[in-house]
Amino acid sequence: MMALVDILISASFWAAAIRIASPLIFATLGELICERAGVLNLGIEGIMVMGAFTGWFAVYQGMPLWGGVAVAFGSGMLFGLLHATLTVPFGLSQHVVGLGVTLLATATASFAYRLALPQVTSPPRIDPFQPFAVPVLSDIPFLGPALFTQTALTYAAFGMAVVVGLVLYRTPLGLAVRAVGENPAAAAAQGLSVTGLRMGAVMFGSGLMAVGGAFLTLSAFSSFFFDMVNGRGWICIALVVFGAWRPGKAVLGAVLFAAFDAGQVRLQQTEIGAILPYQVFLALPFVLSIIALIVMSRRAEVPAALMVPYNKGER
Amino acid sequence: MITGFHPTRRSVLLSGAALTVTGLVPARVLAADPIKMAGIYTVPVEQQWVSRIHIAAEAAQAAGRVDYSFSENVANTDYPRVMREYCEAGVKLIVGEIFGAEAEAREVCAEYPDVAFLLGSSFKQDAAIPNLAVFDNYIQDASYLTGIIAGAMTTSGNIGMVGGFPIPEVNRLMHAFMDGVRETRPDATFQVSFIGSWFDPPKAKETAFAMIDAGADVMYAERFGVSDAAKERGILAIGNVIDTQPDYPETVITSALWHFEPTLTAALDAIAAGSFGADDYGVWSFMAKGGCSMAALGTFDGKVPAEALALATQREAEIRAGTFNVTINDDEPKSL
Repeated sequence: MMALVDILISASFWAAAIRIASPLIFATLGELICERAGVLNLGIEGIMVMGAFTGWFAVYQGMPLWGGVAVAFGSGMLFGLLHATLTVPFGLSQHVVGLGVTLLATATASFAYRLALPQVTSPPRIDPFQPFAVPVLSDIPFLGPALFTQTALTYAAFGMAVVVGLVLYRTPLGLAVRAVGENPAAAAAQGLSVTGLRMGAVMFGSGLMAVGGAFLTLSAFSSFFFDMVNGRGWICIALVVFGAWRPGKAVLGAVLFAAFDAGQVRLQQTEIGAILPYQVFLALPFVLSIIALIVMSRRAEVPAALMVPYNKGER
Repeated sequence: MITGFHPTRRSVLLSGAALTVTGLVPARVLAADPIKMAGIYTVPVEQQWVSRIHIAAEAAQAAGRVDYSFSENVANTDYPRVMREYCEAGVKLIVGEIFGAEAEAREVCAEYPDVAFLLGSSFKQDAAIPNLAVFDNYIQDASYLTGIIAGAMTTSGNIGMVGGFPIPEVNRLMHAFMDGVRETRPDATFQVSFIGSWFDPPKAKETAFAMIDAGADVMYAERFGVSDAAKERGILAIGNVIDTQPDYPETVITSALWHFEPTLTAALDAIAAGSFGADDYGVWSFMAKGGCSMAALGTFDGKVPAEALALATQREAEIRAGTFNVTINDDEPKSL
């Protein structure tokens, strides 16, 4: 028990939680935007793989790090366009299209990687984002090392959460996006283009998912591996539900999940770690998240038109 | 194997491709009669373990002993199909890893008695399948030597070890390493974690960070990502299976290297002699057979205490002479 307290009061634990949460925040925000507009995007896992590959490859080819982030965002938007075209104007099953996009994007990334680098025996590396200590703020005891000595992309993740929150709740655009996710017929009656708004939301959201993937290759690590996204996209789908489709709560959920994850690797090194099998610890973040999900989702307000295609003029 | 008088589209395409390839192969190599060999891997050829097989196969190809092709990233569930495709295409030797497809892969071996199979496996060979030989990376000798060095380099006496899954081939190297450490640092403590994935470097890195936070100052880098954490925090690491020092010149002291060449050469010799059978090629990874070694200290030349280096050299000679045996322990290691 003391070991647990020791972990919780160490700044390095919270720094790790923020680090682990960053890619999840990008991708969760992306999924949240799609779903608020009424489109479930199960392409998230594959789009993250694509972003991890394209962002890393752009930097490997000599682009600056932020250029890599932009390339990842663009590649995500392309797959978002594919997803949106099939689900919005064509109104196809969002489950089937989403899983299809995941399979296509994952396979395309692997194929492109092998085409571009046929002969490597050790994965090539880039110089990733380095931790940056924010002047003054990083000198605050405890909070400084935990929050303000992260990489630029982590700060961007939290900045993006604020931006998404502001746009969704404080601008006409945000209102329009939420409207097409709640009642597309009413939005259309106001002269809004449901198709345009939904497609735009899916494309922008997919771009963010790809940046979440790129975080893994540009900040958390420095080379690309086929399986490195490792289910993080699916976690983000759950985080959107956990966050009750609200950006602030979703970020909280991502940090909470990351804290469970950072906590379990530390707990493994305590006395309990010697008793319990390591699989128990690996499963811990997921078990705790499911419990949290049950508690949190009781008052969640699902976007009313989520997964409901809109056909103009249809009653 | 293409049979029958009615060629299918596939067989026409295959023979066309075969003719094109034959035309490209220099006559000198043809004269050496290379064995048609295929590698089937469940991970990309970048993966440390598989890369050692891939490199040995490419070397054998360059030497004109084999005609090598490979499939990577094959799902375990798809593994038997890929084996069958190569068998049907006339491959004479299949090298791969069936840790996740043991039973089904062995069934395929039995179906193609004319093809030689040399497969990485957690289980032993089976006399009922005389065309299947098994191997594994038994490089505990090299791991032991790197342990001796690590024990001499740690100041805190606290060593972190991050693994993928606690399977025999991972466990035995960890135990050998720990035994080696205790030679030079009897009071050493070890932090052991498994991340439940072979390919999640960010997770391996986070796990390593947690161990470094808990006092580790030398990391046993079984996975990609661990050396990165060590480098970022300015501590040391020991590489495994491949030499990672060129990527981390200030971090990786040395690595326990696996050499697949003796295993492959032994198999090729056996095929040529017609004596390929249900054998365990694991011994060809032992140091005495040249199957493993400790990497040169390189950038750490002169930074390792002389006594430790002398001890490692002495143990290496004893291992090669057969007077010192490194214990093979396949149990799951725990933090202690």
